[in-house]
Amino acid sequence: MKNVVWGLVVLLVILHQDNWLWEDATLIDGFLPVTLLFHGGLSIAAAVTWFLATKFAWPADVVESSSPGGSEA
Amino acid sequence: MTQLIIICCYLALLLGLGLFSSRLFRGTSKDYMLASHSIGPFLLLMSIFGTTMTAFALVGSTGESFKEGVGVYALLASSSGITHSLCFFLLGIKLWSLGHKYGYTTQIQFFRDRLQSEGIGLLLFPILVGLVIPYLLIGVMASGSVINGVTQGTFETSFGFDEAVTKGGVPKQVASLVICVVVLIYVFFGGMRGTAWANTFQTIVFMILGVVTFYVIAMKLGGKTTFMESLRAASSKIPPDKLIRGAVGDHHGISKLKYFTYMLVPLSVGMFPHVFQHWLTAKNAKAFKLPVIAHPIFIMIVWLPCVLVGVWASSDLFYGQLPAPLQAALDGNPNIVLPVMVKQLAGPLLGGFLTAGILAAIMSSLDSQFLCIGTMFTEDIVKHYAGAEKIGDRQSILIARAFIILIVAITYGLSLFEPRAVFTLGVWCFSGFSSLFPLIFACLYWKKLTKAGAYAAVLAAFGSWGYLFWQSDFAANRGYTVMVPGTDYETMPVATMFLCSTVAMVIVSLITKPPEEEHLKRFFA
Repeated sequence: MKNVVWGLVVLLVILHQDNWLWEDATLIDGFLPVTLLFHGGLSIAAAVTWFLATKFAWPADVVESSSPGGSEA
Repeated sequence: MTQLIIICCYLALLLGLGLFSSRLFRGTSKDYMLASHSIGPFLLLMSIFGTTMTAFALVGSTGESFKEGVGVYALLASSSGITHSLCFFLLGIKLWSLGHKYGYTTQIQFFRDRLQSEGIGLLLFPILVGLVIPYLLIGVMASGSVINGVTQGTFETSFGFDEAVTKGGVPKQVASLVICVVVLIYVFFGGMRGTAWANTFQTIVFMILGVVTFYVIAMKLGGKTTFMESLRAASSKIPPDKLIRGAVGDHHGISKLKYFTYMLVPLSVGMFPHVFQHWLTAKNAKAFKLPVIAHPIFIMIVWLPCVLVGVWASSDLFYGQLPAPLQAALDGNPNIVLPVMVKQLAGPLLGGFLTAGILAAIMSSLDSQFLCIGTMFTEDIVKHYAGAEKIGDRQSILIARAFIILIVAITYGLSLFEPRAVFTLGVWCFSGFSSLFPLIFACLYWKKLTKAGAYAAVLAAFGSWGYLFWQSDFAANRGYTVMVPGTDYETMPVATMFLCSTVAMVIVSLITKPPEEEHLKRFFA
């Protein structure tokens, strides 16, 4: 699953290079430029990917506990 | 006058919050600089987001999309959603863990320890501080310009300044000074805890005001009864060249390779010293989960409406209705597009609130940068060379506060010279930080990195940055790009810097003696 997550991150970078929309001036639903819709969607996809990363690719070698003096903020 | 009253009320509220948070101060240097590693997920998200979003998030995004079209979102916002969270996930969590284990407060302490080198600190210190100061100047100068812009016509006197410049508004010099003093007070008394609380408050303010402004402008510009109908009416007049990224007529567009290499610029977040300090404030590693996930969404909430407003501004519904002098003013300085739209379409009340939102975005970056430079001077220079054992906790706080005052004074002093080119320096500063990204990444993930390899990376990054900066006529050539040899493909200068620093680091590390296995065990499980 960890590899799938990193594969998704690579996919995000590839999708970010949306050459196929370079000259597309379509307005979706009459108001939203297709480039904005696609890249807004990419922002949401990034959030989902990072959610999966925190679930399945969390680094194993980190100290998890809070400092002795730490408290809730 | 309404706008000025709202700005004053906002600044007073911010001071009150800063002074309140200072009551939670525990009196130790660790608390002053790192909030005793006590920041939970929500405050961490808000403080890091507020720190990474500057005035550019509201004003610059609207101005750039007015000029360049909707591609600005792809260029700067969606790429940051991917790369910023990547930095938080790959670097932030590990650095927090190591910082917690070995007691680091600054980036340089980590580099000195990881690379077993005193000199790397001396080499990096002036480079990091030198790259942060223009970034600070941008904020200080922008705050003066914004307050002056929205208060023009309020006073009959020019307060002894050039009347042609103040135009009946609060003089820029006075406005910048007030902003510096407000930030100084809450950073001085509240330290990192005050900064985190203030950043959280300010981030909420500029996010909400951004959305409200979008709604009001859409309704006024579209002029229909429902929100959706108004959106459609406003978008129907967007000039076609603003909807695409290719070259059409006067619109030069952006080349695909330049666009691709632009993605390296947001990697700068991985080397920002003030973001490093915010990472170390986390209560535990799990506190990073929320910032990693929510950061791209937050960027979208702020940027998407601003970019849409920017392209609406370029249409006949707005630009076409303006008198010629105002059109010329917008063409000459696109950063005033949003304030002008608000003034024309929404009136003084929303104008005042929006100005507060813009100042919130500026100050939420300034505070962290001031605190960070004060911390670096105290920890990396004074305590490191005078001996940490000789300087007590109270003295550390005193020294950090003195340095913060000094840095605020120097920054304000430099801002008076109005080095206008500093605005164009922004992307060069970010590129400089990005070119050091390979170093921090290798420190955490590559055991074969050597001290000599690290020096090579820093020198190659600095050397290539200096050479390209010179080639761009010291940023005077705003559209400067590096051509791929033998082709007509253009790339952002950051790609060359990044490549130079990576190649130098890898080659020199491979031909020099690797660190002892015993030492590496401290950093690699």
